[in-house]
Amino acid sequence: MNIKITGLFLASFILLFNVLHAQTKKQVTHPNTVGTSIARGKIVYTNVCLACHMADGGGVPNMNPPLINTTYVLGNKAALIKIVLHGFNEDVEINGKTFSNTMSAHDDLNDRQIADVLTYVRHSFDNKASAVKATEVSKVRTVAKK
Amino acid sequence: MNKKIFFAFCLSIFATVGLLSFKLIKDDNSVRRREIVNAGLTLPGGFQVAVIADNLGSARHLVATPQGDIYVHLARTKNGKGILVLHVDGDKATLKSSFANFGGTGIAIKNGYLYASNSREVYRYKLDEKNEVINPDKPERIVTGLLDRRTHAPKAIALDNDGNLYVNIGAYSNICSEFDHNKTGCPILDSAGGIWQFKADKPDQTYGDGIRYATGLRNVVGLAWNQQDNQLFVMQHGRDELHNLFPNLYTVHQSAELPAECMFAIKKGDNAGWPYVYYDWMQHKNMLGPEYGGDSKKPADSKYINPVAAYPGHYAPDGLLFYTGNQFPEKYKNGAFIAFHGSWNRAPEPQAGYCVVFQPFKDGKPNGAWEVFADGFAGTEEQKASGHAVHRPCGLAQSPDGSLYVTDDNEGTIYKITYKKQ
Repeated sequence: MNIKITGLFLASFILLFNVLHAQTKKQVTHPNTVGTSIARGKIVYTNVCLACHMADGGGVPNMNPPLINTTYVLGNKAALIKIVLHGFNEDVEINGKTFSNTMSAHDDLNDRQIADVLTYVRHSFDNKASAVKATEVSKVRTVAKK
Repeated sequence: MNKKIFFAFCLSIFATVGLLSFKLIKDDNSVRRREIVNAGLTLPGGFQVAVIADNLGSARHLVATPQGDIYVHLARTKNGKGILVLHVDGDKATLKSSFANFGGTGIAIKNGYLYASNSREVYRYKLDEKNEVINPDKPERIVTGLLDRRTHAPKAIALDNDGNLYVNIGAYSNICSEFDHNKTGCPILDSAGGIWQFKADKPDQTYGDGIRYATGLRNVVGLAWNQQDNQLFVMQHGRDELHNLFPNLYTVHQSAELPAECMFAIKKGDNAGWPYVYYDWMQHKNMLGPEYGGDSKKPADSKYINPVAAYPGHYAPDGLLFYTGNQFPEKYKNGAFIAFHGSWNRAPEPQAGYCVVFQPFKDGKPNGAWEVFADGFAGTEEQKASGHAVHRPCGLAQSPDGSLYVTDDNEGTIYKITYKKQ
């Protein structure tokens, strides 16, 4: 009797474990270019952006703006790409709060790195917006150079 | 038989879990009770704290009068007013009035005047014999036309005993690299990145009327005149991003701890070395900055002054007060309290600071190791580590009976810390 119950319990546990495991595995091997762009973008974010905008995209009060739920991030892609390429040097108001730190230009990043990091930001911190492609970054960069 | 053993086993597990959970709940309750009593703060034995005001707005620096009033400067005006007047009675502060159509940080009282600054100007208001402002709508403009380029814009102030006013003009840059491409010398130091001295009673002075009293100071918010050795003391906010800008020279951890936040004793003409120099509190020396040929090991030119005390990186010292009261135990007399606003440039390491530190002094100089005096402003460990601190210490003042006031510019809380003789 006891052995049977224990056996049933174990069996259900193994089943549940397998289901969960399969799900994680599925996520990792998802053949989706947006997914891989997000993964690469997270690395760029960690190395370049996190120090000011924080791991959760929440920014720093009065200084570094949040990347959550703002048109600067979710809106026009060309405008967003321009901020990364050229930096940002004016007061910005988001949801009634002002942020004043100067952001330096990041034109040393290549087109794909900028596309990846922006795709990551637009898909993280509860943001849901379309991916940014390297060709879109390239276009903004070329226009700016002329 | 087997069944009995199994049953006993289960029972013992249930009993243990039950007792454990009871203990956990009990501990949790007792911790919470202690927090309410101490307004969420931890303090040395014998000290007590009360929240005397809340939700005031972005409360920055404050100053206390012998009559029991406090003037609190808000970073941004609230209902159109930038300075609040509260009367403190025991553990309660009542709003008396508000005035000034500008927000700011600096506020001080000297020789019958209340001085207050915004990011470009310093004003003063004549006080009556009760230290109340006589004409709140007509201040006298003492300094005007100071640079405000957003970054490090607040103009903290202090006054000496010889009729001079000292104004911090912070550098509008992290490390001047965007202005000094060829590394020939940081050009913005002519009008920022230092402390300027003006006359305390002459109207409408600007750069040409003042003296660049000390230079090479990136940004100062906490500053105070030390009456014991008649000298200006300032707290510098050190540079950011050593690792981000020089990943080959500084690890993530080094970049969180370095450079030191520094206390300088300032004499006229001193150069503290920004942006060429930073202080390494672990090696105890001024280092040549990586932008100017440093490699994290090369020491700086000795012409730059050394700090008199140093604190961990990015703690952000926003308030400095020399304690002259008689209420606290003897060791605090003439020592310095420092309000650390808390870090943001320690990520991905946990953020830190958000505390009031005590620095022992002897004969007008730091003497012995600093210690955390009041802690817990940030809230939970998670709130602290992530930088989403609930309260952030900023301004310090001493009440007529020797209690310590601490402002918080995040929630607009004012704390009053007292010592109960045991």
